[in-house]
Amino acid sequence: MLTRLSTYFYQRPRLVLFLFLAPPLLYLLVVYLGSLFLLLINSFYSIDDFTGLIIREFTLKTYAQIFEPANREIFARTASMAFVVTIASAIISFPLAYYIAKYASPRLKTWLLIGVTIPLWSSYLVRVYSWKLILAQEGILSWFIRLFGLEGVLQWLLSFEGIGGSSLALSPIGMFIVFVYIWLPYMIIPVQTALERVPNSLIEASGDLGAKPLQTFRTVILPMAFPGVIAGSIFTFSLTLGDFIIPLAIGNSKFFIGQAVYSYQGTAGNIPLAAAMTMGPVVIMIIYLLIARRLGAFDAL
Amino acid sequence: MTNPSSTPAIRFNQVSRHFGEVKAVDQLDLEVIDGEFFAMLGPSGSGKTTCLRMIAGFDRPTSGSIYLYGQDVSNLPPYERSVNTVFQDYALFPHMNVGDNIAYGLMIKKVPKDERTKRVDEMLDLVQLKGFALRKPSQLSGGQRQRVALARALINHPKVLLLDEPLGALDLKLRQQMQVELKAIQKRVGITFIFVTHDQEEAITMSDRIAVFNQGKIEQIGTPAEIYERPASAFVAGFVGTSNLVSGEVAKRVTGSDQTFSIRPEKIHLGTSNEATPAGMVSLDGVVRDVIYLGLYTRYLVEVAGGIDLVVVEQNLKTTSMDVLSIKGQKVKLHWHKDHISRVGA
Repeated sequence: MLTRLSTYFYQRPRLVLFLFLAPPLLYLLVVYLGSLFLLLINSFYSIDDFTGLIIREFTLKTYAQIFEPANREIFARTASMAFVVTIASAIISFPLAYYIAKYASPRLKTWLLIGVTIPLWSSYLVRVYSWKLILAQEGILSWFIRLFGLEGVLQWLLSFEGIGGSSLALSPIGMFIVFVYIWLPYMIIPVQTALERVPNSLIEASGDLGAKPLQTFRTVILPMAFPGVIAGSIFTFSLTLGDFIIPLAIGNSKFFIGQAVYSYQGTAGNIPLAAAMTMGPVVIMIIYLLIARRLGAFDAL
Repeated sequence: MTNPSSTPAIRFNQVSRHFGEVKAVDQLDLEVIDGEFFAMLGPSGSGKTTCLRMIAGFDRPTSGSIYLYGQDVSNLPPYERSVNTVFQDYALFPHMNVGDNIAYGLMIKKVPKDERTKRVDEMLDLVQLKGFALRKPSQLSGGQRQRVALARALINHPKVLLLDEPLGALDLKLRQQMQVELKAIQKRVGITFIFVTHDQEEAITMSDRIAVFNQGKIEQIGTPAEIYERPASAFVAGFVGTSNLVSGEVAKRVTGSDQTFSIRPEKIHLGTSNEATPAGMVSLDGVVRDVIYLGLYTRYLVEVAGGIDLVVVEQNLKTTSMDVLSIKGQKVKLHWHKDHISRVGA
């Protein structure tokens, strides 16, 4: 019986392929792309200013609202935060990823990778609120800063218009720190994987041909690890673009995209505008991926 | 090889390299003559690659010193040594085209672009890859990559060129072709070549001199003929070509001493059991245990008194497979020239 069934399938490879692919395809099309499509449709609806009801007719009115100064500012604020968080994550990740990929013994490598991923095992909310305490006026970080007599530097940093605030926990600087902390593993892992794939002989060959370590880094290691950096940056950039918890818990009262969406679809009940604002990060990410492809980030994948 | 310098290209003075407990290279002395094609031959783990890596600067000796044309380079980083390497896996930069790969060393030295292009063209000519400058390494065959790796190293005019198992990844035909070509290129550029291999045939074909490595030490240094004809130890006799090692009673009967000696299979003549021993020859009686017909030649396994099996190889000049196979089980007399045996120690 079982043999006959196996033979039946053996003779119909297309049927087997269909059976295997149907569930994931169904999931992808209905649940994933379907909901995105609904989002897209909703973003072309508008809301009646008097009744607060959704008018289900095609209009670009809602999109026009995005370009009002207040919303434009939200986009600019979020995108620049995502940008600096990505740059900082890449810079911080590289040495550690390089050490894990090229120097650590197999045992140490396992432990370091566990160390990098361990934060992901605990609740994201808990970690964000812990940072709120760490960064607070009387928090442990301020205590350390006072210990080293650097409160002048901190005050100086916090005095900057736009990135400062009354304390780290209430400033964009603090938000930046928490973003980098939370997304760092998403950068370290792809960069480490990319570096793992750079054969040691290439690094040796570069030195052999006269390149000093810094030149080797620039001409061999960085270009070859670049796809990994791009992969990591896709995570750090898109996750920062869409996040609404960190801006809620840390920093000042100025909105990020995620917060705006949250409040529009919640208390304000303006689903079309929330949908339109959500399309913002989607479009930004599509542009980002196109640029990344242009830079050859996917050539080595 | 015009006017070789009297200073050795490479000199090892009591060089050791330990990895924890393992003595990969153990108090090694070595001199490589200016302009020669030098082979480091040995099984894996014998220390030959570690020696090469220490010359290149990828590894540093635990103790002892390495001199490059008289200059102590033991602690210099690779980029400060006038030595270039052809890597076993070629190590071509995958994100650069062939021309940029070859020009890499010149680019690092900030040689002007015009001259770079000119010299890359010369190199492509030398390794017979004209018109390949714009290809990516991934578009090349193994043999072509090998040539690019060679050109990339030679363009810098190194004092010594190191080759780590250069032909290991190529198939037999291509390997034999590259052996000849490498030798020709070396003659043309006149640079000292040091190459590491575990292939004794390759070492014999290409090199002026061979160092046979075993367990972190050099067993013997000499020309291919010396190594083959006069192996200094049982290890060399066994590693370079096939050899019969004879010791104890049988040895005593032949040479008058029970010291082990080696005799190459092709040096032994297979005669009929009632044949007289010619002058200057020694002989042993035996029985043919096995015959393996190999077309060009036949390999016989002959058991001599004392229970030792000797391998004998004879070319099939006049015999056919029928003839040679019929010898199996027959009594024979083996003889060889007295001078053709090498004492290889205890």
